[in-house]
Amino acid sequence: MSTYRERIRQALGGKVQFVQGDDACAYGAILAGCTFFAGYPITPATEVAERMSEILPLLGGCYIQMEDEIASLGAIIGASWTGAKVMTATSGPGFSLMQENLGYGIMTETPCVIINVQRSGPSTGQPTLAAYGDMMQARWGTHGDHEIIMLCPSNVQEALDLTIVAFNLAERYRTPVLLFIDGELGHMRERLVIPEDGEFELVDRVRAERRAGYKPFEAGESLVPAFAPFGSGYRTYVTGLTHNEQGLPRTSSAPIHDQLVRRLSDKITTHSDDIVRYEAYHTDDCEIAIVAYGLTARTCRDVVDEGRRRGIKVGMLRLITIWPFPETLVADLAKRVDAMLVPEMNLGQIVHPIREAVEGRCRVKLLAKIGGDLHSPHELLEALEELRCQPR
Amino acid sequence: MSTTLTLKTAAQLRATYLRGEMLPSIFCDGCGLGNVLNYTLWALEQLGTDLDRTVFVSGIGCSSRLSGYVNADGMHTTHGRALSFASGIKAANPDLTVIVFTGDGDGVGIGGNHFLHAIRRNMDLTVILVNNFTYGMTGGQAAPTTPVGSFSTTTPYGNIEHPLDICELAKAIGAPYIARWPVSYPYQPIKSIAQGISKRGFSLIEMLVPCHTAYGRRNGLKDLEVIWQWYRDHVVLLDDYDHITQFGSPEEQAALREKIKIGVFQDVERECFDERWAALVERVKL
Repeated sequence: MSTYRERIRQALGGKVQFVQGDDACAYGAILAGCTFFAGYPITPATEVAERMSEILPLLGGCYIQMEDEIASLGAIIGASWTGAKVMTATSGPGFSLMQENLGYGIMTETPCVIINVQRSGPSTGQPTLAAYGDMMQARWGTHGDHEIIMLCPSNVQEALDLTIVAFNLAERYRTPVLLFIDGELGHMRERLVIPEDGEFELVDRVRAERRAGYKPFEAGESLVPAFAPFGSGYRTYVTGLTHNEQGLPRTSSAPIHDQLVRRLSDKITTHSDDIVRYEAYHTDDCEIAIVAYGLTARTCRDVVDEGRRRGIKVGMLRLITIWPFPETLVADLAKRVDAMLVPEMNLGQIVHPIREAVEGRCRVKLLAKIGGDLHSPHELLEALEELRCQPR
Repeated sequence: MSTTLTLKTAAQLRATYLRGEMLPSIFCDGCGLGNVLNYTLWALEQLGTDLDRTVFVSGIGCSSRLSGYVNADGMHTTHGRALSFASGIKAANPDLTVIVFTGDGDGVGIGGNHFLHAIRRNMDLTVILVNNFTYGMTGGQAAPTTPVGSFSTTTPYGNIEHPLDICELAKAIGAPYIARWPVSYPYQPIKSIAQGISKRGFSLIEMLVPCHTAYGRRNGLKDLEVIWQWYRDHVVLLDDYDHITQFGSPEEQAALREKIKIGVFQDVERECFDERWAALVERVKL
């Protein structure tokens, strides 16, 4: 009888494959130990659900197609409370529908992963084309004060690797984690190497150990409470209302609300060193830094090489963790460069926290592009030339 | 299950099943929600259900607060979405008993889509839906169940929309167990809730509960005695309904139009989601 990990390898197939970004997200989830997926079909994210529906029953997990995206997120949050690692996948319109339950997931400290294969909006927009228009919705889409974790891969391999990371962060910090790609990356086929166990970290949420004196929302130094799954005899009450450490509603107390909501924020912001991931490319001596993320960053890497050939001292900071925003990282870079170029496949979203971090220490130029086409190397180079020619 | 009921007193129930620190409840004096909770606990008592393996799920509204009073795992979710959370819990761990408390607005207003599909999938859930004809927690607005002509804070000139018959809807979609009882019937709801929990598949027990505070006072039913009498006068047992339809006088038949059918609407066997999923896994698993 083969072990569960061996059966995962068997279910995923060959070690080297030529697959889409959506497939890679599904594979990453399975490798991370996801046993429950609920979703609703939507272009360009449907293939994530298709792969999960193929693979999960092979491993004794559960796939369920819900009636909408609201129910999908509700179902995975419910499933997570039985102790399962869970995921859903969607695109912009579906992500809009998920906002209320996303807040519920944050408030109830429920580990779960949400993939958003972005398309352009507003509304139904361009279903099959790439966009990064949901970056700020990810941050502030659900109502109320909160922090969120969001990762942004640039290629198919990274979609798999970062989906595993997303699960680990969700488990470690007991919170929903967002992984955002786009319609282009979701549907693009690339070489994918499925990593061996041992080549990646696997994190499980910290479990409650003693029933006596257990308070389901009492957190120690880590700021993350220990978890007791439904059915384990701990008799936990979970509510989206402001609650005390026992989990019981206390909706009229300012101190309890303040303490709870600040802890939920602090458990993410105080661990930003663990959460923030980035790639610095030729930033040591650069005068102009491209700050990019997602698919756009791939073109930018070539543009950095070409810019240097043309004598422009250019580098790139690729943001992999978008939220919590790596403010110190960007602020430090701003001290060392003359200008930042921020190419975005939206009308300017991440440029705002960048400007906030820069605080006027260098020029920040947005290169916004929408409609589905990627930034061309030419237009990026042109923008670099312009920045070089402008006086400080 | 024994055929005779030996009921614990309310004080005994409270000590055995409820979270003391949650009491007193938020419910208005004279509200029937406490009775619904008692009926549920008596049913669990009859069945000997293990509360360590039972999860109470609810949405938003007065009835959805019931989950918090039971000393068991509980999930008080978002408005209308209880069934989606409950479906996730049950699908991920079919060994758990999952009981849903919801209301008419929560369950078939904002949550109507989930209601439809949880029944279609035949999720093994016991849904205790408390119908009070109104949105009580927000102060008495019109609901999908508000009778035509009734007054509410959002139908100040009378409700023009037709109310939904929740049990008939559930029957049309194929729920294997469906019952409706007014809260003034003390025995039948206990039996139905117990049957619902025992049933493999989706069980709906609709409880007609008067809300004299938010609904009654705008409709000449502010007084408790009066509103409870209204319920006695406006219900008809399914068997009587059928008999009158066949053999009743024209007057009796005309009177039926003003009445709400009560009783057990459906009690059949139908394979549920987790059984079918388990069979699928057995067929394809590595």
